[in-house]
Amino acid sequence: MYLGRVVGRVVSTMKDPGLFGQRLLVVQPLTSDLKPTGKQLICADCTGAGEKELVYWCRGKEASFPFLPGELPIDTTIVGIVDSVNR
Amino acid sequence: MILARVVGSVVATRKDPRLEGKTLLILKPITPDGKDEAGYIVSVDTVSAGFRETVIAVSGSSARMAQGCKDVPVDSTIIGIVDTVHLDT
Repeated sequence: MYLGRVVGRVVSTMKDPGLFGQRLLVVQPLTSDLKPTGKQLICADCTGAGEKELVYWCRGKEASFPFLPGELPIDTTIVGIVDSVNR
Repeated sequence: MILARVVGSVVATRKDPRLEGKTLLILKPITPDGKDEAGYIVSVDTVSAGFRETVIAVSGSSARMAQGCKDVPVDSTIIGIVDTVHLDT
């Protein structure tokens, strides 16, 4: 899993039926000292994260597990909202 | 998932039988503010996207979870057509 910051959201009408009702957020991946790194990506959200919030997200097949038993075509999901990072 | 723009299509006659009837499109990844990024992806289209449209593409094994792609040998699928992208300022 990786740290990220919510920087926007995506609106889509024509989409896979599995995505109906899902929020799609733009996430900027961060390094462990919270500096932006890498390309921004589109994540599904199972936590209700809001704009500019610090989150952690996971990638791959596991990203669809929060939505079980549905099998959704999702490869990046926000799985937690970060309260604090201690280093 | 990533944002991408449809820039072309691919025609293939000899292919895995499970890919028959599927549309293959060439995608150019873009940033949320619309700038092109490096590289291209060939992706299966499940939402009838058109030329120059901005789409959401899912990659990896999750690409097989899209409608009509179960057990199809694909690793990138278009799963949505983007209406708007809102960026927080």
